[in-house]
Amino acid sequence: MLHTHSNILGLAAALAFACAAGPANAGGNPTDPQIAHIAYTAGAIDIEAAKQALKISKDANVRAFADDMVRDHQAVNDKALALVKKLNVTPEDNDTSKALTKQAEAKRAELSKLSGAAFDKAYVDNEVAYHKTVDNALETTLIPSSSNGELKALLQTGLKIFEGHLQHAEHLASTSK
Amino acid sequence: MRMRWCCPAFGALAIFAGAAIAGAVVPIAITDLVFSPAEITVKVGDTVEWTNNDFVDHTATATDGEWDVAIPSGKSAMQQMAKAGTITYFCRVHPGMTGKIHVVSG
Ligand SMILES: [Cu+2]
Repeated sequence: MLHTHSNILGLAAALAFACAAGPANAGGNPTDPQIAHIAYTAGAIDIEAAKQALKISKDANVRAFADDMVRDHQAVNDKALALVKKLNVTPEDNDTSKALTKQAEAKRAELSKLSGAAFDKAYVDNEVAYHKTVDNALETTLIPSSSNGELKALLQTGLKIFEGHLQHAEHLASTSK
Repeated sequence: MRMRWCCPAFGALAIFAGAAIAGAVVPIAITDLVFSPAEITVKVGDTVEWTNNDFVDHTATATDGEWDVAIPSGKSAMQQMAKAGTITYFCRVHPGMTGKIHVVSG
């Protein structure tokens, strides 16, 4: 429980850092290439987490959720890749995406030691926490900071999709206890 | 030998098709994770057709478990309303997406 908590705080800190990260524009906010990289990284992390769940979990509902995460986040990331290509933007690695990746690796290592119901609970709890943090970062930082209209629109659609995932994960957490 | 198995199946299909076109087809669009209209009234025997304009897949899943319709990205899917009553439904992938269908007898 403490582990989960410290991880949530770490993740929140990493995403809050998006505000201060980078060479930045006037407001000190992340630039579009940085935002694109952060959003893509956040999606890729959830796909990796889902693939781990598909390897370890035997619970039909957890596996169905993980399948949904792979499919939806891949769809969003495919859109994001197509958009940055169209806009001729090169996604730019930054401290926020690096921190996110590092956090996710630690979480995966932690979950890899679990199995059965303990894994399912840890995975679903982390999905709730992760989507909360990512949704909050999109809402408060990434969407308001994005300057390109198409990028902003894609992030807004992404937020709606990820809010759906949060509700799904919360439902799963409440029914599997 | 093949015909004997084939014919009853074809007959059943014809009956099913006949039933499906008996009522009206009522469209519901899905755009940006919203069913619209979110609430409709149809007659028993009418068919609801959802069209998914989003780039992610959705479902229309009756809360009472009566039906569960997969609506892939960019595709349409149909479900006939067999009996009178009010049905609430949601998307299994994005449970915040909800809709309501009032089915009234013809
Ligand atoms: Cu959906």
